[in-house]
Amino acid sequence: METLMSLLIGVLFTVGTYLVLTKSLLRIILGTAVIGHGVHLLLITMGGLKTGGPPLLELNTASFTDALPQALILTAIVINFAVTALFLVLAYRAYQELGTDDMDQLRGTEDE
Amino acid sequence: MSWLHLIILLPFIFAIFVPFFYKYLPRIHTGWFVFVVPVALFAYLLSYIPLIARGQTSYETVNWIPSLGINFTAYVDGLSLIFGLLISGVGALVVLYSVYYMAKEREALHNFYVYLLMFMGAMMGLVFSDNIIVLYLFWELTSVSSFLLIAYWYQRKQSRYGAQKSMLITIFGGLSMLAGFIMLSIITDTYSIREMLGQVDQIAAHGLFVPAMILILLGAFTKSAQFPFHIWLPDAMEAPTPVSAYLHSATMVKAGIYLVARFTAIFGGSVEWFWIVSTIGIVTLIWGSVFAVKQTDLKALLAYSTISQLGMIMSLLGLGSAALYFGYGNESAMYTTAILAAVFHLINHSTFKGSLFMVVGIVDHETGTRDIRRLGGLMTIMPISFTIALIGSFSMAGLPPFNGFLSKEMFFTGVLNASELNIFQMETWGILFPIIAWVASVFTFIYSMILVFKTFTGTYQPKKLEKEAHEAPIGMLIPPIVLASLVVLFFFFPNILSKNLLEPAMAAILPSFIEAGGGFDVKIYAWHGWNTELFMTIGVVAFGSLLFVSLKKWSWLYGVMPEQLTLNHAYDLGLEKVEKASHGITAFHMTGFIRDYLLYIFGFIVVVLGGAVVMLQGFSYDPSGNAPVSVYEVVLVAVMVVAAIGVLIAKSRLTAIVAVGVLGYMVALMFVNFRAPDLALTQLVVETVTVALFLLCFYHLPKFKKEESGVRFRAANLVISLGVGTVVTLIALSAQGARVFEPISTYFEDSYELAGARNMVNAILVDFRGFDTLLEVLVLSIAGLGVYTLIKLRLAGRDNE
Repeated sequence: METLMSLLIGVLFTVGTYLVLTKSLLRIILGTAVIGHGVHLLLITMGGLKTGGPPLLELNTASFTDALPQALILTAIVINFAVTALFLVLAYRAYQELGTDDMDQLRGTEDE
Repeated sequence: MSWLHLIILLPFIFAIFVPFFYKYLPRIHTGWFVFVVPVALFAYLLSYIPLIARGQTSYETVNWIPSLGINFTAYVDGLSLIFGLLISGVGALVVLYSVYYMAKEREALHNFYVYLLMFMGAMMGLVFSDNIIVLYLFWELTSVSSFLLIAYWYQRKQSRYGAQKSMLITIFGGLSMLAGFIMLSIITDTYSIREMLGQVDQIAAHGLFVPAMILILLGAFTKSAQFPFHIWLPDAMEAPTPVSAYLHSATMVKAGIYLVARFTAIFGGSVEWFWIVSTIGIVTLIWGSVFAVKQTDLKALLAYSTISQLGMIMSLLGLGSAALYFGYGNESAMYTTAILAAVFHLINHSTFKGSLFMVVGIVDHETGTRDIRRLGGLMTIMPISFTIALIGSFSMAGLPPFNGFLSKEMFFTGVLNASELNIFQMETWGILFPIIAWVASVFTFIYSMILVFKTFTGTYQPKKLEKEAHEAPIGMLIPPIVLASLVVLFFFFPNILSKNLLEPAMAAILPSFIEAGGGFDVKIYAWHGWNTELFMTIGVVAFGSLLFVSLKKWSWLYGVMPEQLTLNHAYDLGLEKVEKASHGITAFHMTGFIRDYLLYIFGFIVVVLGGAVVMLQGFSYDPSGNAPVSVYEVVLVAVMVVAAIGVLIAKSRLTAIVAVGVLGYMVALMFVNFRAPDLALTQLVVETVTVALFLLCFYHLPKFKKEESGVRFRAANLVISLGVGTVVTLIALSAQGARVFEPISTYFEDSYELAGARNMVNAILVDFRGFDTLLEVLVLSIAGLGVYTLIKLRLAGRDNE
C-alpha cells in the first residue's frame, strides 16, 4: 500500500509542479492545492498505514494507528486552507485592479 | 594609554574641533589652528631620537580586543621614527603652505582640514603599529582619507574619476594585504610583528609562505603605485596641490615602501622576494621615468616622477634583501648599501619632491595654468620659486651639490653590487640592473630639466596666462624654502642623519644582523674618488643634456604608441566590460517572469536531492513492512490519478476546478480508509469551502482570451515536474523501509489518564501540542483579516479614479 501511495504522491507532485509553472494565475493556485494534497498524503503514508484501528479509545481495539501524523495533517490542512483563501482573494483583487491573470503580463518592469 | 598613543590619536581628536574653529572663528584661517598638531607631533618625536640613536626601541600597549590578540601596540624603532618625522615634518610644512594656498573665502576649509588630519593620524598609526590588524585598520583609513582628499573639489568630474580609481586600486591591494596578514597570523599564531620576527624560520618553511608574501606585496605595490598599479597616481593629481605634495609624494605612497621595509626581515632572503620586489621596482623606475618626459602638465610630470622614484626605492629594498640570504658578515656588507640607499633616498625624495610640488602649486596659483606649453620665462618674475625649483630638480636628477646626488650614487653602487651577485641566477640577469638603472637616470635627468627650463626660461607669454604672473606671498614660499635648504644641507652634512636615524633604521630592517652581534657604521661621503658610479653619473649628464637639447627631434616617438595599448585604457575598458558583463548576467537570469524563477527553484531541488540520492546511494526499497492493498484502494488511487491528469489537461477552468474538487474528496475518502475520522471530516468541509472559493474566483475572471485554451505544452516544464515527482517518490520509497526508532505514539494512547480525552488526535491538538493549535488559529485570523483588508482597502484605486 505504501508503494502505491508513494507513486500516487509522485503523480500529484508532478501535476502540481506542472500547474505552478503555467501562465494562468488560477492554474497556479490549483497547482498549489494539488501539491498540498500530495503533502498531506505523504505525511500520513510516512506515519505507517493501517496498523490498527482509528485513534479513539472507546473502540477498544488491540492497537491504534499513529495519532501524531493525523494531528500534524489537521494543522497543515487548516493552514493550507487559510493560505489558499488569501491567495485566491489576492488573485481576484489582482485581476480586478490589473485586468489580467496572465503571469507573463504581471512580470516586473525593467527598472525596479 | 601612554603619551605615544595620545600623540598618534591627537590628529583624530583635533579633527573633531576643526569645524568649530571654522564656524566660530571665521576671521582666522582654520589652517593656523591645525598647524599646531603636526608641530607638536614633530617636537614630540624628536625627543625619541636620543633613545633610538642608542640602539634602543620603545613600545607601549593598549588592550583593544585582547581575547583575539588584537591590541593597539605602538612600537618605535629607527624605521618608524623616520616615517613619523617625515609625516609630521612635511605635514607641518604642508599645512603652513595650505594656509596661503587655500583661500579662506572660497574653500570649504573645515572639510579639507578634517580629511587632512584624519590622514595624518592614520599615517602615524600605520607606521607605529606593531599589531598587523591595527596596521591594516590605519592602512584602510589612509585609503579612505586619500579618497576624500582627491575628490575635495567634488563638483569636478575628473576629481571624482581620480578618487574612484585610486579607491578601487588601493582597496583591492588593501584587501589582498589583509588576506596575507591573516595567513601570516595562521602560520605564527600571533598578530605582532615583533613576535613574528622570532619565528622567521618556521614562516619560511611553511606552505603559506609564498601566497602570504605575494598578497602582502600586492598591498604594498598598489599603495606605492608600482607597475602596473601606478595608474591611479597621475589621476590623483586632481587633488589640491598641498594634498598632492603631502600624500602623493611624501607620505602615503611611501606606506607601501614602509611595508616592504618592515617585512623584509620576515620575507627577505628568499629568492621570490628578491626577484619580485627588485624586478617590479626596476620596471616601475624605467616606466615612470620614460613616461614622465611625455607629460605636458607639471603635476602629471611630477606624478610619473614620483612613480619612478618609488620604483627605485623599491628595487633597492629588493636588491638589499640579498644581505639576509648571506646573514651577517663581510659578504653581505656590500648589499646592505642598497638598503641604506633606499632609506636615505626615501628621506631625500620627500624633501625635494615636496618642494617641487609646492613650487608647481605656486606657479599654478600665480599664473592660472600648469601646462608647460603655455609657461615660460618666469625666471625673472618669480626668482625665488625658480631657485627652489632648480634645487629640487637638480637634486631629483642626481646632481651635486644636492642630496639626490648622494642617494643616486649609492643607488648605482647598490645595483652594481647586485649585478655581481652569484645567487638567485643573478649571474645571467644581474647585468640588466645597472643598464636599466642608468637609462632610467638619463630620462630622470631629461624630465628634471624640462621641469625647470621649460617653465622658467624661454619667452614669457602673458597672453596665454589667465593671470598676470608675479611672485608668491612669502608665507607660501617658506615651506618649499625649508625643504630646499634641507636638500642642500643633507648634501653637505649627510652624516647628521646617519648615526641618529639611518643606522637605527637599518637595524630595524635587518634585525638579525644586530642579533648576530653586528652593527652598522654608516658614513656617507660626497666624494668617492674616480669610480664607476661617478662615470655613470657623468654619462647621465652628458647623454641627458644631449637628449634634452634634441627633445623636439625625437619626442614624436611618444606618439607611436597607440592609445588603445595604454594601461589606463585597459583599466577603463576592464571596468566597462565588468559592468556590462555583470549587467548581462543579471539580465539573463533575472527575467522578471515568475515561471523562470520557479524553474530554477524546482530544478535546484531536483538536481540537489536527486543528485544526493544517486551519489550517496541513498535509494533503498524494502516493501516488507507494507500494508496489504485492497481493490477498494486501487480504485480510489485510480480515480485520483485520473482526476489529477484531468486537472492537467482540462480545456476549461471549470473542469479543472471540479477535478481538483474530486481530488480533494478522494483525499477525504483516503483518510477514511486510513482510519483518520477527524481528518476526513475536516478535509470534506475545507474542500467544499475551497471549491466554492475557486468558483467565486472563476466567476470574476475574464471571459475573453485563453479561458478555453489548454495548458501550453512546454518540454522544460514537463521535464522539471516529472523530475520533482520522481524525486519525491524515490525519497518516499527510501524512507519507508528505514524507520530507525519506534514511534512515540504509544505515549498518546494513555490520553485518557493523561488528559481525560478518549480522542487521541484531539487530545494532541488541544492538550499535548496545544501551542501549535494556538498559532494555527492565529494564522487563520490573519488570513481572515488579510482577506477583509484586500477587499475593503483600495487606496491606489481611489487615486486612479
